[in-house]
Amino acid sequence: MKRIQEILEERILILDGAMGTMIQRHPLEEEHFRTNWFEDHPSSLKGNNDLLSLTQPEIIKEIHALYFEAGADIAETNTFSGTTIAQADYGLESAVYDINFQSAKIAKEVAVEFTAREPHKPRFVAGSIGPTNRTASISPDVNDPGFRGITFDQLVVAYKQQTNALIDGGVDLLLVETVFDTLNAKAALFAIDEVLIERELDMPIMVSGTITDQSGRTLTGQTTEAFLISVSHMNLLSVGLNCALGASMMRPYLQVLNKKSPFGVSAHPNAGLPNEFGEYEETAELMAEQIKEFLDEGLVNIVGGCCGTTPEHIKAIADLAANYSPRKQEVDVEE
Amino acid sequence: MSKNKATLKLSGLEPLIVTPETNFVNIGERTNVTGSRKFLRLIKEELFDEALSVAREQVEGGAQIIDINMDEGMIDGKEAMVRFLNLIAAEPDIARVPVMIDSSKWEIIEAGLKCVQGKGVVNSISLKEGEEQFIEYARKIKRYGAAAIIMAFDEDGQADSYERRIEICERSYRVLVDVVKFAPEDIIFDPNIFPVATGMDEHNNNALDFFRATKWIRENLPGAHVSGGVSNVSFSFRGNNVVREAMHAAFLYHAIQNGMDMGIVNPSMLEIYDDVDKQLLEYVEDVLLNRRDDATERLLEHAETFRGEGKVRVVDLSWREKPVRERLSYALVKGNTDFIIEDTEECRLSFDRPIEVIEGPLMDGMNVVGDLFGSGKMFLPQVVKSARVMKKAVAYLLPFIEEEKGGVQSFAGRILMATVKGDVHDIGKNIVGVVLSCNNYEVIDMGVMVAPEKIIAEAIAQKVDVIGLSGLITPSLDEMVTVAKEMERANLSIPLMIGGATTSKVHTAVKIDEHFTKDQTIHVLDASRSVTVVEQLLGGKKPDFIKGIKSEYKRVREHHAKHRAQKQLVTIEQARANKFKIDWEQESIAKPNVLGTHVLTVTAKELIPFIDWTPFFRTWELHGKYPAILKDEVVGVEATSLFADAQEMLSSIAEENWLEHRGIIGIFPANSVEDDIIIYDPNDDTKQIFVQHAMRQQSKKAAGVPHIALSDFIAPVDSGKKDYIGAFVVTSGIGIDSRVEAFEADHDDYNSILIKALADRLAEAFAEYAHKFVRTEVWGYSKDESLDNAELIKEQYVGIRPAPGYPACPDHTEKIDLFKLLDATAATGVELTDSLAMLPTAAVSGWYFASPHSKYFGVGKILNDQVKSLAERKEMELHVMERWLSPNLH
Repeated sequence: MKRIQEILEERILILDGAMGTMIQRHPLEEEHFRTNWFEDHPSSLKGNNDLLSLTQPEIIKEIHALYFEAGADIAETNTFSGTTIAQADYGLESAVYDINFQSAKIAKEVAVEFTAREPHKPRFVAGSIGPTNRTASISPDVNDPGFRGITFDQLVVAYKQQTNALIDGGVDLLLVETVFDTLNAKAALFAIDEVLIERELDMPIMVSGTITDQSGRTLTGQTTEAFLISVSHMNLLSVGLNCALGASMMRPYLQVLNKKSPFGVSAHPNAGLPNEFGEYEETAELMAEQIKEFLDEGLVNIVGGCCGTTPEHIKAIADLAANYSPRKQEVDVEE
Repeated sequence: MSKNKATLKLSGLEPLIVTPETNFVNIGERTNVTGSRKFLRLIKEELFDEALSVAREQVEGGAQIIDINMDEGMIDGKEAMVRFLNLIAAEPDIARVPVMIDSSKWEIIEAGLKCVQGKGVVNSISLKEGEEQFIEYARKIKRYGAAAIIMAFDEDGQADSYERRIEICERSYRVLVDVVKFAPEDIIFDPNIFPVATGMDEHNNNALDFFRATKWIRENLPGAHVSGGVSNVSFSFRGNNVVREAMHAAFLYHAIQNGMDMGIVNPSMLEIYDDVDKQLLEYVEDVLLNRRDDATERLLEHAETFRGEGKVRVVDLSWREKPVRERLSYALVKGNTDFIIEDTEECRLSFDRPIEVIEGPLMDGMNVVGDLFGSGKMFLPQVVKSARVMKKAVAYLLPFIEEEKGGVQSFAGRILMATVKGDVHDIGKNIVGVVLSCNNYEVIDMGVMVAPEKIIAEAIAQKVDVIGLSGLITPSLDEMVTVAKEMERANLSIPLMIGGATTSKVHTAVKIDEHFTKDQTIHVLDASRSVTVVEQLLGGKKPDFIKGIKSEYKRVREHHAKHRAQKQLVTIEQARANKFKIDWEQESIAKPNVLGTHVLTVTAKELIPFIDWTPFFRTWELHGKYPAILKDEVVGVEATSLFADAQEMLSSIAEENWLEHRGIIGIFPANSVEDDIIIYDPNDDTKQIFVQHAMRQQSKKAAGVPHIALSDFIAPVDSGKKDYIGAFVVTSGIGIDSRVEAFEADHDDYNSILIKALADRLAEAFAEYAHKFVRTEVWGYSKDESLDNAELIKEQYVGIRPAPGYPACPDHTEKIDLFKLLDATAATGVELTDSLAMLPTAAVSGWYFASPHSKYFGVGKILNDQVKSLAERKEMELHVMERWLSPNLH
């Protein structure tokens, strides 16, 4: 099988779309989140989507398959909240290893199936590493801006555990995504670096930040370029942007990355902005039209979808991207 | 790797790219405790707001990176580094630049690296402790994502020659690039800037070797940068700034020519190269470039001629020989009342009309005082003394003016000052009044506990230009809102100034500003700012000033709203479930020697050793810790003089019994039930006599951190254990009123403020004294305690004495039951006002908790569910409870 780095130079890779949006298509109740695993858990678990990799693995596998079917090269594991920090809200810190291991395992099973069927288009699994629900750079206490609800060290511990479980489960690469606080991301990268050295492994890493609004900054105030510089100490497969914005609003910041990034550039925007009911309404066609602008400008190496996107969106994007060559990476001969 | 990476790229919130075309990156050096005494003091005293201002000024002044160093034996460097970096993260105008984490201790560097989201610089590591250690540190720095300064230092010591510099730098570079795979562009060498012209021949090449080594590094170690601390070079010329500034300019010029592209430079100690006196430049460059054998001698010889003039000091009575006008000015500036009546009289005789004495020489003198104060050359106690001189002179002239009639003093404006309803604290308000009257404003002081309608009526009747409100306790914040609303209703279009210890810009912007639209509401931080604020409000630039205030307050409100949205609180049920846990099974509870109440009679002499002086100086806007403040380079002289005056008055207070000190303490059986503390009859511990209602923290905590309430420190009823609580009320303010009146009748604001400040200190000392008495005697759980006053001030004792209305129990209404429990008013004479302030103001009340686990904490913001619960438990109406707790409401 070709290495993903090589493929990245040949064509634009397609990342899958939203997991949550697809899960919503299934009418799931409290008991579905508990099946076989957490029957006696004292608090409510409904909405803790990462658990479905354990309790409803068929649903998650089906979603991965739909995205691969639509043309995705890379599936993200269902582990966005798979850290002890994020699971603490549900009292499920102890389930973190299983969530990551099983999520990776089932995604990999589907990927292997598709690769066997279409050897010219190998499928990859990216271990999704979310930002957690805490921020290491902002105080939760307005009266004490020096206070922190979480420390770098605590984040490193949690991220190491998640990374190890994802690798045990068989992921091909790691995706640190929806970075709203670069310090959280740096802790994730620190953890990944330690794990890879401990396991004597080399594994491609993607980082994807979130520009929260048209100020062009992350939640913690960094400009796109400052964000890029702050994560460039690692040798990354790609740096990109996801979530918060629709494709057209993301474009100016992708232009910055295109110009400045020594790595690949990725984008997985939302299907537009949510309406007043929190629903994403942008159609696959509309979104593809905007993605076309990225492609015309040669801004990206990897493209996919975030909140509100579905296999229909990914298919439209994949069909479109097939006609384009990837963003030129200025890579040294040494590499 | 792409060629894109070949330049040094750093980041804060914004990028900093150092390309070969970048001339010179200026590193700010004021946030360094080893280099700045001021910054050290701010950090030691935990004045982080001011410390942040230092950082902000540097960034505004053009620093592209800020160097932060907390290496000082007296502070916890790691904690200070973390705290300061975390605080900077909340200040976008500082955080936009990258930080340089500067320490000789790796643990401080590493702690700092864990706080910055951007890519910063470590300052510094070296081969000093061997290659292995060097590699380990470099690997970690790389993993944290930072650049590093590498000192030219190895196992044999610091490089002091050209050859050693390049040898060590080359070796460091090879290890970093080949072994660690450190990005070459992230390496910044500091090849050691050493002093020149020291008189020792081996130092003659110090600057030249640095220049040559810099050039070599830039030519032979691709990608690497060169930095250094410039002020070191002129170390031999301390005290001669003219020569130092010239030397810095010349050194930088040559260093940059040779390739130094970053550096730590104090901009205020830097002359522009082209502006340096040509003759001096020649001497300096001869030394730096070691161009002549006698270069050092020549510079030393001529250095004296470039020295600024020495300071001349006059300490005699020769001022008495000057013309009377100058004598008045002198007396005002010096605060000297010795000759004021005779000089005023002499002056009066030389003028046609007595009013001209005020408008002429006296106002001229006060203008000098105002200018000196405004420019930071005079301090508050001196200004208050100057005001005393002025008042005495004016009082002398008044009868003549009235006799003559028609002579009306013309003022720059009329200001109404009042402490709001329910509050009795007036030291701050009086100080503002004095400072304003020094600047020729007519101050109408309505005193304390002034109802809103009276303020409005007086403002209209007297046609005042500005209203200033003051208050110290938290309920006063609400009273200020009421005054603002009333001003709005009365259609009063004059500015409203807000001041006092609990007030803040945030509260003013968020809670008061919106209710008053007829003119502007402005928060005034301290007395020294009041004059500038009033000047702007009454001057021609008022529209611009108000525009500025409005946009600032808008920003404050937005910031507040954003933070508020981010602030997470838990429900009171969740908080209670996560209470501070004590294993009551295992806990041994100290049984008091005596239960019930106990009246305390003490003398001033017994209390004086317990005084904590630091807050006394703060009252006078002199910032610094006692006793170090007496030797402070800026305010030391004034602090010493104020302290002498205080000692003198204290001895009068003690010898002549000016004040009476009354106190009562009580110890009672108690148990907790959830957040309440049930207090039992001391003679019958089954009979419940009072309930204290504690408040619990509700802000979201890190795992394992409890949500504390004071009730957690008392054994619960269901533990089956007997526990106890204490209470106290003490005052040192009985008898103060007649003294204050006497001083005021003598136009002596200085002594009037002084006695109030001292009475406050004595009351605090009394509280300390009483607590010790309780710990060692009455309750007796710390019989063997031997703590000196400094240790007492640092609260190193066992147990706490939290006061209602303060952070651990912010509910003022708990004072009502506390007073009833002790029958305190009868015993001490202390009464409670409408807002539950204590009168006399020099009084302290609170609870005693003896548990070794008990500690001071802040309740902070709470949710409405707790307010509701409190209202139900206390049988108060919800809206009343909400009003009392409004400062704590989320």
